[in-house]
Amino acid sequence: MQWRPDQTFYPSPKMAMEAPKEKLAYVAMLNPDRMTQPDAMGVVDVDPGSRTYGRIVGQVDMPAIGDELHHFGWNACSSCLCPYSPHPHMERRYLVTPGMRSSNIYILDTKDNPKRPKLVKTIDAKTVMDRTGYSRPHTTHCGPDGIYVSALGAVDGNGPGGIFIIDPETFDVRGRWEIERGPQYLHYDFWWHLGHDTMISSEWGTPNMVEDGLVPDLLLGGKYGNRLHVWDLNKRKHKQVLELGPEYQMALELRPAHDPTRAYGFVGVVTSLKDLSSSIWLWHHDASNGTPWKIRKVIEIPAQPADPEMLPPMLKGFGAVPPLVTDINLSLDDRFLYVSCWGTGEMKQYDVSDPFNPRETASLKIGGIVNRAPHPGQPSKPLNGGPQMVEVSRDGRRVYFTNSLYAAWDEQFYPEGIDGWMAKVDVNPEGGMAFDAGFFMETSGLRPHQVRLEGGDASSDSYCYA
Amino acid sequence: MDATTMDGTFWGWMALAGLGAFHGINPGMGWLFAVALGMQERSGSAVWRSLLPLGLGHALAVGVAVLIAVAAGAMIPLSAMRWPVALFLIGMGVYRLFRGCHSRFGGMRVGFRGLTAWSFLMATAHGAGLMVVPVFLGMAPAAEAASCHAHASAAGTPMTAFLATGIHGLGYLAVTAAAAWLVFEKLGVGLLRKAWFNLDVIWACALIATGVLTFTL
Repeated sequence: MQWRPDQTFYPSPKMAMEAPKEKLAYVAMLNPDRMTQPDAMGVVDVDPGSRTYGRIVGQVDMPAIGDELHHFGWNACSSCLCPYSPHPHMERRYLVTPGMRSSNIYILDTKDNPKRPKLVKTIDAKTVMDRTGYSRPHTTHCGPDGIYVSALGAVDGNGPGGIFIIDPETFDVRGRWEIERGPQYLHYDFWWHLGHDTMISSEWGTPNMVEDGLVPDLLLGGKYGNRLHVWDLNKRKHKQVLELGPEYQMALELRPAHDPTRAYGFVGVVTSLKDLSSSIWLWHHDASNGTPWKIRKVIEIPAQPADPEMLPPMLKGFGAVPPLVTDINLSLDDRFLYVSCWGTGEMKQYDVSDPFNPRETASLKIGGIVNRAPHPGQPSKPLNGGPQMVEVSRDGRRVYFTNSLYAAWDEQFYPEGIDGWMAKVDVNPEGGMAFDAGFFMETSGLRPHQVRLEGGDASSDSYCYA
Repeated sequence: MDATTMDGTFWGWMALAGLGAFHGINPGMGWLFAVALGMQERSGSAVWRSLLPLGLGHALAVGVAVLIAVAAGAMIPLSAMRWPVALFLIGMGVYRLFRGCHSRFGGMRVGFRGLTAWSFLMATAHGAGLMVVPVFLGMAPAAEAASCHAHASAAGTPMTAFLATGIHGLGYLAVTAAAAWLVFEKLGVGLLRKAWFNLDVIWACALIATGVLTFTL
């Protein structure tokens, strides 16, 4: 029983920026040997003062084989302070960790020994499927009233994908979230504007469209997702579709402004069928004419011409390497947007103080399908994979990222298989960033995916106060 | 009317107002919502506008509980009501000790009606009305005697119920308004991290304590 609020909960994003520096990071790690070896949750020492800085200091293996750990999140976060459903004396201690392929969900307790999380509950795939009709759980967010989890599809691997709720105290699966889903069928990410009672969701593909790899015919036919959906967060009803246009394929990570009074956010789009470019779009509330929410493209990152010899079979015909923006992240002050270009091997930083006119402020090269750029800590070693899952510290001064995407897709773009690594960059508060030469972690055989920072980070918490 | 009855009634009213203040100080009962709405709209008037619906919802919740007690009191003698009320209070307190309240009702875009309903539901779910009933039951006979009714029922009349609800509501509203003003204008919500003691536990204990006291009525 807690007497004071969990000290990792902050009323506003501005206050959360004053939080102490993280000392540990949790990293979901996929085992590419999906037939005999389990995935794991790795614990990384990110305290520069420590002897084991930049190394894995703990690891928990999952009890099953072939889970495909991907994204995960906390059981409770700053949204516990929201005024309409306050429960500030919950503890941020459990990592809710879905297996994206198995549909199992693991609850890992980090309290007793943060370096050795303990598996305290397994919600098995059958329970998830029976209670929700969904499968392939993916993103989790701690909401004011429970844990929200997105699922890519239905039990049979087709659509619709959607969202379900887990009880934050008992971890019972409560059931489907949607009351009225309207035209929504494909699903990927979701997040919300708590100050506007609005949820946004994005579209990738059904499990059958993605689990055996990217299907070129579906891609060229424009069958992957290219819309966002706007929902009434409390009535749990679909309100509006935001169309990107037929040439855009795969609208993935959603990063709404952290300030609850601001009604805008960014979504990364993996590719354009016209020129293989990636793009970032801005959705925003504007009730001035017609529909209340609007969307427009604010960043376009072009493909780079390349010698077909250097390209994997899937890309040879194009003679270009696509940027493949697969993750983005927004600092807590809503000022800097970080964009992972997994194809070209670049981590970009944009100043989005004016969200309608982003300005590129830095770009760092590492890995990449063609470039294979090394890390400054090991300048002679070419690297594969590229910046992928990216996480920003609460104070905005440190950015961590890993290099693998999704088992079946890794092989299509990096056919020799990805050698896992995690890197960290230091950020100049006025813009610009540089690699920390002392932080380059190779994950020997495992492929790292999402990173979560001790106490919270820039995609773990949401706030009800400006 | 003798002095002891007067005295009992006075302290009864004070207890009702005090319980109102106790309910009001709980951030989960309304003042924090008022502050958040003010911050969302960046205006102090949004804070003030939310006070009336919050007070109304709370008073409705308490009024319903007290009226039920009056209605029950008209049929059942006080001594028979004591046990079920006491057991219910203790049960609710124990439950609240172990399970939090994760309301799924709410959201930041609430109007007058929404806020009234929210306040009503929060007060009801937390047993605010229930907590008031024993105090009301305890003072009602005194109040009735004081007003020289020959056939005073165990739990008083609708009029005393109305008055009791009003006094309780005023206590609640005064503290809610003061806390909302202080935090919105002066202290800021950063205070939550330090000063938000686990009132839910104190609240649960208060339910249990009131339940135990009810036995002694």
